[in-house]
Parts: sequence; structure tokens; C-alpha cells
Amino acid sequence: MNPLTAYLLVAALLFAIGLAGALTRRNAILVLIGIELMLNAANLNLIAFWRYGPHPEALTGMMFAIFSIAVAAAEAAVGLGLVISIHRHSKTTDLDAMNRMKG
Amino acid sequence: MSLLFYLIAALTVVGGLAAILLKNTVHCALALTVAFAGLAVMFLELDAQFAGFAQILVYIGAVAILVVFAILLTRNAETPKDGVYSRNWFAGLVIAAGVFAVLGWAVVHSTRVLPHETAMPAVTVLDIGNALMGRYVLPLEIVALLLTAALIGAVIVAMHEKEGAK
Repeated sequence: MNPLTAYLLVAALLFAIGLAGALTRRNAILVLIGIELMLNAANLNLIAFWRYGPHPEALTGMMFAIFSIAVAAAEAAVGLGLVISIHRHSKTTDLDAMNRMKG
Repeated sequence: MSLLFYLIAALTVVGGLAAILLKNTVHCALALTVAFAGLAVMFLELDAQFAGFAQILVYIGAVAILVVFAILLTRNAETPKDGVYSRNWFAGLVIAAGVFAVLGWAVVHSTRVLPHETAMPAVTVLDIGNALMGRYVLPLEIVALLLTAALIGAVIVAMHEKEGAK
């Protein structure tokens, strides 16, 4: 098997797993975990294309992955802060129970 | 593909599956750490040493700890009585399976146009530093600004509100 194909298949599987987690779990923190898995699958795609692409010395895919990791860290911090804040307001992290925008 | 690749791929996928399937939320966070570690080893295998170590530092060192903190602060360690899956879990599962089918079909049927270079790229940390300070200096500054804003924003959002001080 072409190594790039193998890496892309693993990334696709990981993305689908993350999407399934984000769509099926009812705990908000588990939904964030699913989103993190999806972001990591995208990073794996970027690195794999950088490694097997025509110009790896240009570092384009590597830089994209590094910036993507930094943005994902910011996203995780803000998302978990929001979950803690919502939990303080309504004493729940159950997404099925979060049906009001008013606090 | 080498045996090592299949082992690491299996470890990563099993970690990811366990992270979304386990009932105990703390176990989910630990399984997520396994998946992150597998991905970091994959980055190292792809000769992206810098990205691999950044993955270990950022995800295993920071994001996983943050997730565990959030779980413990919201007292989610015990399993809820009315199940861990949302009401419309079947639709979510179907959507995820459809997405994987489309992605997998596209990847498998495009092998003829995919590049296949095997020469190992000679990239050092010095090159990455030069690129970050040269061609990519503007994105670097924007990411610095974004991280500062996210830091302040997360603290303000999660800060304890005073009673009656709205």
C-alpha cells in the first residue's frame, strides 16, 4: 500500500471516530474530546502530505500543522472554560439539558 | 508499510475509540491521552520531529491535563444514570459512518494522483526557526495574539462571579 494512502486512511478513521463522539455523547466535555480527535486527524493529514509531497523543504505543511496545534490549544482552553462556566450556572454538563440561552 | 506503522495505527485508533465509548469520563480522558501519544509517534515516524514533540508537549502535557481538570471540577467522574449517549445517537453514528465512507472512498480511489516521494526531507529545527522568524513571522505574531486573547478569555469566562455583581 502507498504509505500516504495508509496515513490518510488512519486520519479518516480517526476523524470519523471523533465526529461520532461529538455527535453521540451527551456530556459536553466528551464532545470537546471528539473535536480534539478531529483536529488531530487533520494535523496527521497535513504532516503526511508534507512528508510525501513534492517540496518538503518548503516546510508549508509542517508550519500549517504547528499553527493548527497552537489554535487547537486555544480552542480547548476556551471550550473547557465555557463548560465550567455553564456547569456553575446550571449544575449540568448534559447537552440535552442545555436548552436555554438565558442564564 | 512496516509492522511498526500498523501497531501504532491500531493503538491510536483503539485509543480514540475508547475515548468516545467508555462510560467513565476520567477513563475517556486517559484513553484520549493514548490516542494523542500514538499520533505523536506517527509524527515522529513521518520525520516531523518538531511537530511530534510539539504534539507531546501541547496535547499530552496541556490539553489532556486541562480535560482532566474540567472533568474533576464539574464532578463528572461518576456515570450518569440515564446513559451516556444523547437521544439522537443513531443519527450521529450514521453521519460519522457516511463521512468515513466518503473520505475512505476518495483516498483509496485517488492513489494514482497521490505523490509518492520517499526521500527523507532534511529539515532541522534551525530551518523551522528560520522559517518561523522569516517567511511565517506574521502568522506567528497572529498566533501569539490569539493565544493571549484565549488565555484572558478563558480566565474571564471561567472566573467566579460575585453574587449580585452582574
